[in-house]
Amino acid sequence: MASVTSAEFKDLSQDERAKRLGMATEQLSGRSMFVEFDPDEASRFTYPWAPDVDFNKRTEIDVGEMSATEANSRIRELMSDGNGTIVIRNPRGKHGLGVGILSRLNLIFEGSLGYFGVGLIDGPNVRINGRVGWSCGENMMSGTVVIEKNAGSTFGAAIRGGDLVCKGSVGSRTGIDMKGGTILVGGDTGALSGFMMQRGRMIVCGNAGKNLGDSMYDGSIYVGGEIRSLGVDAVEAEMDGIEKDWLARKLRLYGLLPERGVGHFTKIVAGKQLWNYDNLEPAEKKLIL
Amino acid sequence: MCGIAGLIHRGKSSGVGSEMTAMLQALRHRGPDSTGYAVYGEASPGDFIMRFKVAEQEDMGRGHGIHGLIEERIERVDGILEEHGALVKDRARATQYALRYILSHDGDTEDMARHIEETDGVEILSLGKGLELIKDLGDAETVADAYGLGGFVGTHAIGHTRMATESDVDIRSAHPYWAFPYNDISVVHNGQITNYWLMRREMERKGHRFMSNCDSELLAVYTAHNLANGVELKDSLRRSVEEIDGVFTYLVATENQLGMAKDTMAAKPLVLYESDDLIAMASEEVSIRSILPQEIDTWDPYDEEVRVWQA
Repeated sequence: MASVTSAEFKDLSQDERAKRLGMATEQLSGRSMFVEFDPDEASRFTYPWAPDVDFNKRTEIDVGEMSATEANSRIRELMSDGNGTIVIRNPRGKHGLGVGILSRLNLIFEGSLGYFGVGLIDGPNVRINGRVGWSCGENMMSGTVVIEKNAGSTFGAAIRGGDLVCKGSVGSRTGIDMKGGTILVGGDTGALSGFMMQRGRMIVCGNAGKNLGDSMYDGSIYVGGEIRSLGVDAVEAEMDGIEKDWLARKLRLYGLLPERGVGHFTKIVAGKQLWNYDNLEPAEKKLIL
Repeated sequence: MCGIAGLIHRGKSSGVGSEMTAMLQALRHRGPDSTGYAVYGEASPGDFIMRFKVAEQEDMGRGHGIHGLIEERIERVDGILEEHGALVKDRARATQYALRYILSHDGDTEDMARHIEETDGVEILSLGKGLELIKDLGDAETVADAYGLGGFVGTHAIGHTRMATESDVDIRSAHPYWAFPYNDISVVHNGQITNYWLMRREMERKGHRFMSNCDSELLAVYTAHNLANGVELKDSLRRSVEEIDGVFTYLVATENQLGMAKDTMAAKPLVLYESDDLIAMASEEVSIRSILPQEIDTWDPYDEEVRVWQA
């Protein structure tokens, strides 16, 4: 995209401005929202301050005696030195580890994390060879996070992009307020999962607790096991062949594809009777205002 | 916010005093106002352990008069014990206002306990064969040091770090709560009970006493009421999930059991670890890791989940 000056920008129509900012301008259908990316423009995919790291440059740190702030600062120092693969030893359930990483990185935790682990990330590939506490991956924007054991409640709260994977079971309110990306759960999920979900996909191989998808705006939830109950305005939908292929591919990618495939999965979407967010305000009301 | 923790050793005793201290110290950030322990040791046949306080910690800074008052209250308690035929076999004083008696008593402990609590300023923290309930202002290490808990050996324990929200920063509002007047039952709670006053009035109509305005005390009284009426601990916990409104996770310990219950929204945290010989649980994993630093498998119980373990 060619650069545009502030003066030129002012002269553009609203539609043109939105396009220049990389936003789609078509009326929301309630099914999808996309951002127009120019694949040739690297600046769209990296932050100007992101360190240039080499995945082949690997290092390890022991955070057993560090505070979360010290550990996170150390990770940034190591990234500044070009380390693209960082192994964290002895996280011992500490809160807030690995948060706010906004660039490429292979981050490996040898152990378990506490609350708000790897939140607000945009780009790194994270593997956690343990368990995570509440709100893992909160507000994650891109990248992958793979957890080998269980996760606590509000897993992937407000996630916007990337793949957040828990191979075990997760607590309640998984994917609450999620706005994009994919959450994959190998085991069960608790009550109110997908509560107020706005976009994105959630895949649960096991059972789902009560009030699944309560008050969801949009997005899709796929459940391989039993659903205790559906929430307000959550309804069952049919899956087409393309969707089943996508589901199988995604699960296979993380070694979660059940032997019997994905034919038994139930798809849940918003009934769209609760919210009227697609409707514009009446023109006459705007005139009065 | 508050933090709760519990642990139970299956079929053996361990240093639960130091273990619970480490677990609660790791939860200090969840509530620095007060810390409390309910630890269960080996019961000696025929003997009761009574922990009681004769003043609040804050009273100690209110002039010299409190010292005389404390001695008067202790004298009064001793007189009531004698009146009820209880023989005090050992007297220990952890702080100026907190005492521990070992009693030999054959009569009705409920009647005796009610009589003692008629004394102004006196509150029995616990009375039982194995239970010892200790609570005071400060973090876990401060309280454990003051009360010499480091060497306590027993089968199980529950504990609490409190962030005072709806009631005062004092010992009477600190957890755990003893399920007065029923021996050896204690409760810790993280959450908020929204039908507290309704339930409290119902309990008061049934003759139960409340020593504080802390909603968590309701859980102790409620549990005591159920158990006294022949309800099993697990059924009492299940019933509480239906009858008590609000967001809560709470732990109950009896002479040989430890139970947990989570509300219908699963809004308050609990992380569980279970092995053949030890069960540990806490508001945060970091607390469990303080006694089990090696890699372990833990999980969160779900909404309405109720579990009971045997020592």
